[in-house]
Amino acid sequence: MNEQRIKELGDELFDALRAQRMIAPLTEREPDITIDDAYHVSLRMVERRVADGEKIIGKKIGVTSKAVQNMLNVHQPDFGYLTDRMVYGNGDEMPISEQLIQARAEGEIAFMLKKDLSGPGVTNADVLAATEAVMPCFEIVDSRIRDWQIKIQDTVADNASCGLFVLGDNAVDPRKVDLATVGMVVEKNGSIISTGAGAAALGSPVNCVAWLANTLGRFGISLKAGEVILSGSLVPLEPVVPGDFMRVEIGGIGSASVRFV
Amino acid sequence: MSTLNQAQVAELAEYLETCELDAKEATKITDRYPDMDFEDAYDIQYAIRRRKLDRGHTLAGLKVGLTSRAKMKQMGVDTPIYGFLADYFDRPDGADIKTDELIHPKVEAELAFVTKAPLKGPGCHAGNVLAATDFVIPAVEIIDSRYENFRFDLVSVIADNASSSRFVLGGRMARPSDIDARNLGVVLERNGEIVELGAGAAVLGHPAASVALLANMLGERDEEIPSGTLILTGGITAAVTVNKGDAVNVRFQDLGSVGMRFV
Repeated sequence: MNEQRIKELGDELFDALRAQRMIAPLTEREPDITIDDAYHVSLRMVERRVADGEKIIGKKIGVTSKAVQNMLNVHQPDFGYLTDRMVYGNGDEMPISEQLIQARAEGEIAFMLKKDLSGPGVTNADVLAATEAVMPCFEIVDSRIRDWQIKIQDTVADNASCGLFVLGDNAVDPRKVDLATVGMVVEKNGSIISTGAGAAALGSPVNCVAWLANTLGRFGISLKAGEVILSGSLVPLEPVVPGDFMRVEIGGIGSASVRFV
Repeated sequence: MSTLNQAQVAELAEYLETCELDAKEATKITDRYPDMDFEDAYDIQYAIRRRKLDRGHTLAGLKVGLTSRAKMKQMGVDTPIYGFLADYFDRPDGADIKTDELIHPKVEAELAFVTKAPLKGPGCHAGNVLAATDFVIPAVEIIDSRYENFRFDLVSVIADNASSSRFVLGGRMARPSDIDARNLGVVLERNGEIVELGAGAAVLGHPAASVALLANMLGERDEEIPSGTLILTGGITAAVTVNKGDAVNVRFQDLGSVGMRFV
């Protein structure tokens, strides 16, 4: 795909984000779009956000569960960028009616880095050594693509369907927990709707961060000390609307909650 | 209110137990006795228990089944069920489990409780349970409904001892005050592939609630959970089909793992 077209699509996604408007899947209009093209579109979209005053504070990994990989018929994760305008505190009201289009909540483990990670060659040991703390997290994903009719290229181009996110207020040393077996319990409006465990994301959330560091390393990009990395959902995605309250608790790590308005 | 007479209860108990021992499928007993109720069903289950004890087997513990909200909804009921565990259901960690002795086994990951004081309902709650718990320990239950394709109604499955068949305990035991049973994660692998995951809350919000419910259900028959009883509290994961040649391993957060092979 040529640079001009990549720029147009990135701009179209940025405009859709700001206007809370859905657009037709890119893969309908550009049947030959590759995953690489899609990352360039995503980069254009995030450049527009930075130009608009947003600051990149970390990254997210998506498509980490077997169920979602099968749905999209891909066998690799994807990633997107997190900015300062996306993050909310534990228990905050999150104005999805003013910011998102078709929100879905997923429970995750967030990694706070204390050292840079530069792939290729990043191992799980490197990830753990570079992690200051892990935290409970809700990522509220959203799609600018009409009715979530996404193929892998659509979600990659759309910043990995990232919306907003909430961090809990517990930060735990990764040496203190076995991240593959930590249990997760998600409640919506007071009812338990799903449970899961760390291994739901590529066998371990640590694998996800290592994948991201190695994937970005091929493009000469590092994960930076101080960045927050959302490592992928451990439970099925849950559609949410204003008025909903959600809470996630992770064994040995803590909890996070969010009220949608 | 029971609807079956003693001879009918004895006949159905013999029929279902014979199917278990011979590893052959049973037809749903409610086809023959459509008006059977819960009391009849538990009468049959207790008759099967007596048959085993009379032959010299001992009681290894109790189990609670249908404890996940999804399963209860699927069955159109709002209450779990219970069954008993005979001594020969017990298999050591790492055991070879003979599939020829079973019909169509499935495995599910559970947290087992062992009591150190009696628990008696009605009015038993999770606090009583935690105070009366000696320790918890990881468990894998191998369920094997005697009914064709696991197709049954609630009354039929109660009579069939809640599909009980085999169980394996392993890993590390812990005092209930030392773990967070609600948020305890489990990862179930078959032949090295992750097939099911979950956390303790999948069992009635907390596995201790399952033991409390058992005490309250037994209370209705004026029975209690004696001190020293092993209780399998119900599947944290969905039940997974296993075949000859499969190896199953389940990892429990902070409590190690339990494994077995099907031969």
